[in-house]
Amino acid sequence: MTTTRETEPETQELERVTIRFAGDSGDGMQLTGTQFTRTAAVYGNDISTLPDYPAEIRAPAGSLPGVSGFQISFSSNEIHTPGDEPDVLVAMNPAALKTNVMDLPAGGALIVNSDAFTASNLSKAGYAANPLQDGSLKQYALFEIPISTLNERSLDGLDMTSKQKDLTKNFFALGIMFWLYGREMDATIRWINEKFGKRPVVAEANTRALKAGYAFGETTEIFHTHYRVAPAKLAPGTYRNITGNEATSLGMLAASKLAKRPLFYGSYPITPASDILHQLSGYKNFGVKTFQAEDEIAAIGAAIGAAYGGAMGLTASSGPGIALKSEALGLAVMVELPLVVIDVQRAGPSTGMPTKNEQSDLLQVMFGRNGDSPLPVIAPATPGECFDLAIEAWRIALKYVTPVVYMSDAFLATGAEPWLIPSLEDLPDISVQNWTEREGFHPYERDPRTLARKWAVPGTPGLEHRIGGLEKADVTGNVSYDPDNHHRMQLLRQAKVARIADDVAPLDVFGPDRGDLLILGWGSTYGAIRSAVERLHVDGRSVAHAHLRHLNPFPANTEKVLRSYRRVLIPEVNLGQLSMLIRSQFLIDAEGYNRVRGKPFTIAEIVAQAERIVGTTDAEHRS
Amino acid sequence: MTEPTVTRAGSTAPANPPEARVAAPLPAAQPALSPENAAIIQLTRKDFVSDQEVRWCPGCGDYSILAQTQKQMPDFGVPRENIVFISGIGCSGRLPYYMNTYGFHTIHGRAPTLATGLKAARPELMVWVITGDGDALSIGGNHILHSMRRNVDITLVMFNNRIYGLTKGQASPTSEFGKKTKSTPAGTVDTPIQPLTVALAAEASFVARSVDTHTEHLQQTLQRAGMHHGSTFVEVLQNCNIFNDGAWRDFTDREVREDRMLVLEHGKPMIFGKHRDKGIRLRGLHPEVVTIGQNGIAESDLLVHDEQSDEPYLALMLSRMFWPDYPVPVGVLRAVARPTHDQLIGQQISAAVTADGEGDLAAALASGETWTVE
Repeated sequence: MTTTRETEPETQELERVTIRFAGDSGDGMQLTGTQFTRTAAVYGNDISTLPDYPAEIRAPAGSLPGVSGFQISFSSNEIHTPGDEPDVLVAMNPAALKTNVMDLPAGGALIVNSDAFTASNLSKAGYAANPLQDGSLKQYALFEIPISTLNERSLDGLDMTSKQKDLTKNFFALGIMFWLYGREMDATIRWINEKFGKRPVVAEANTRALKAGYAFGETTEIFHTHYRVAPAKLAPGTYRNITGNEATSLGMLAASKLAKRPLFYGSYPITPASDILHQLSGYKNFGVKTFQAEDEIAAIGAAIGAAYGGAMGLTASSGPGIALKSEALGLAVMVELPLVVIDVQRAGPSTGMPTKNEQSDLLQVMFGRNGDSPLPVIAPATPGECFDLAIEAWRIALKYVTPVVYMSDAFLATGAEPWLIPSLEDLPDISVQNWTEREGFHPYERDPRTLARKWAVPGTPGLEHRIGGLEKADVTGNVSYDPDNHHRMQLLRQAKVARIADDVAPLDVFGPDRGDLLILGWGSTYGAIRSAVERLHVDGRSVAHAHLRHLNPFPANTEKVLRSYRRVLIPEVNLGQLSMLIRSQFLIDAEGYNRVRGKPFTIAEIVAQAERIVGTTDAEHRS
Repeated sequence: MTEPTVTRAGSTAPANPPEARVAAPLPAAQPALSPENAAIIQLTRKDFVSDQEVRWCPGCGDYSILAQTQKQMPDFGVPRENIVFISGIGCSGRLPYYMNTYGFHTIHGRAPTLATGLKAARPELMVWVITGDGDALSIGGNHILHSMRRNVDITLVMFNNRIYGLTKGQASPTSEFGKKTKSTPAGTVDTPIQPLTVALAAEASFVARSVDTHTEHLQQTLQRAGMHHGSTFVEVLQNCNIFNDGAWRDFTDREVREDRMLVLEHGKPMIFGKHRDKGIRLRGLHPEVVTIGQNGIAESDLLVHDEQSDEPYLALMLSRMFWPDYPVPVGVLRAVARPTHDQLIGQQISAAVTADGEGDLAAALASGETWTVE
């Protein structure tokens, strides 16, 4: 099947490569993808990743629902997305092939573990005939490699069972990819030794598997070419690889330092937000207090209690948990305390698809509370930006003494990109003082500029006062059922949030500042929209991109920007939630482009949608 | 948050940074309030009366609980600004408005969650939770379980009138089986729960019961409760003269109470009755009411109350005793010392600082592998 190499393979220079690793959820595909990502990032490529895994921890081995995938795109140029389609698909079994091969374009490289194509696995994947033999894969560059056998052979003599040995085959596959793309193995070997240091046999087995895969690529002539993707020309500075959940956690930690207040994090485990709890619970030496609550309500309740005490009360969840927190979030609106609620969105409704991406909680966080209950909503656009927006969330929460919702999603949370590590001097001071002055203290007296109320915390002598969920009398904060007072307080709460519009960065436009089409996005659609617009510019289209980080209130110039274009297109991974807000607030005939497949948009989808609109616009021009 | 604050133990601790507050070693039992401190601070009941008009129905048992609470507060020696009353929804939920301390009237059933967060963030504060039978045991049942097991250092007082009063008279989780109310015209089909059994099962470190109209006993009970460090569950049997009048009168009325209630005292035999001639002894696994001097029963045959026993068997048994089968026990059923939630959180933070040094943000940002682009 393979022959030993007698000639040096040629090296081909590529600008960008997208690889998808797919296998059983027990095959270690996430790990393989992560290791390739680190290596590519450290090498200096720009990278973007898309982990795609099932909600079940171990669905039946070999089954279609059990397939776990990890896509990484790495490039010598700046990139914004993990790639529309893979150039290379690594399929560790028939189920992985079946669920992924339709994304591989004709001519794409397909590497399969031929050992896994047994009658039993073929049947579990629903293949009537073996696709490796029936010619159905002939449009691809197919590489059949008996990975399991070769790998087991490389582990000869190690004190392990066959089954244990088989668990290392993902490193064999990784080794092949390292050779194919000319990558060093050092970082991964270091990682293996750190991870399995206490189990030397396992460390040895994984290292051998990796090296064996690499050597296989090098010494056999199955691959005629290997490839080079040069480092990207990124802005100077020190970088690390970061996921959205990591950047969110670090941003919250940094905000605590910048606000000079201790961070209290109350949380209940939920996919895909749990990693934030794991990470923040490791920052005890920063004074961060984490609390794994009995439920979502207790998590936000404790955060509000901590906020009442003057700490930075933080909680996080995903859609179903945000629903449970709604009543308490309404309390935070009423008592006007600073609080940040993170919503790492996932596909809904109800339990939905817990590990899959969606942007469908926007209207829930805007309106999912009883009464008119306004609060600021912000959303980062990229994994790295999660850091900046975490600080922005706290800046608003503390300055305006208000709860703030920070919306991430599954794609941002688990996707990774290189991150230029900021220097501490460049970060803003977001600290505020609590009220301590006894003279004329009234808890609901407001700063005339921000409308923030006077926030005094327990422990402050002479300022003892009571707050609660009942309507407050303006200024004094006493319980009041006075009709005019209630009307006034409703308007004050609304005005306080509305005023933030003038205190946030204006909506910035990429592309022409007026023209045929503006594509307006929010959250994790950023990469696909930006790449699509770059492509449209190459084709000479008059298309611009604006991306909202502030969803409530919108930046003050939003309407002006929107009105500068003939058409406005809003792609969202929901059925039109931002579209509804834009249309109702500005009476602008924005068009939605809505796809809810648990996956991010591809660049091509957005290009095609924009072309359809611009094409019509062109026709209008001509007529 | 920048001024020094006086702790319940009477020492002075800086309000910031948090590490300083939590770095204290972890004693098995915390020092209780200090009478010296009370003398220094010199507050009176009046200092704890807020300027808000009390708006409970005339004749409500809540007035007495409020009065005893206000009367008791000066004895703790805690400055007013370091006391916080947190409540849920229901008639009891209004109490914080009437206390001239910090107060937070929250949402239905969730007061313990806010108290947990507040106490974790600000261990030096004395935190009270005021709740009712519906608030604590129905909508907030989950939070009772977990605040108790965590030994959150809160003093929780549950007003039990066996009815939903603020919503005008529906059955509550403590309403007697078969009780006819607005929502249960044919009688409730739900078996009631014993609040103290729940609290004990949830590992509360202090569990007690008193009665709204037994003012002296109530004040003593509140005093013990306030002094305890850890999860404190106090049930106050309270009358709702509008929707459930006479809720507990069968055994709390002046004429019958001595014969129908058992006042618990640590280390003392369980004796009750107008003539102090009745007692409780153990027969097999069950308590039995006996008369001293009859059938050869002597005082030495009676159970001796032990509120500090490691295992709560005795307390659980007492929590199940109820009129008319038994006299209703009042007083402290259980009071054991174990590290509180905020102490344990603080201890982990201190340990992390000792092991890893104060957190370095720049290092955290640059954690993992990094590379430099020139």
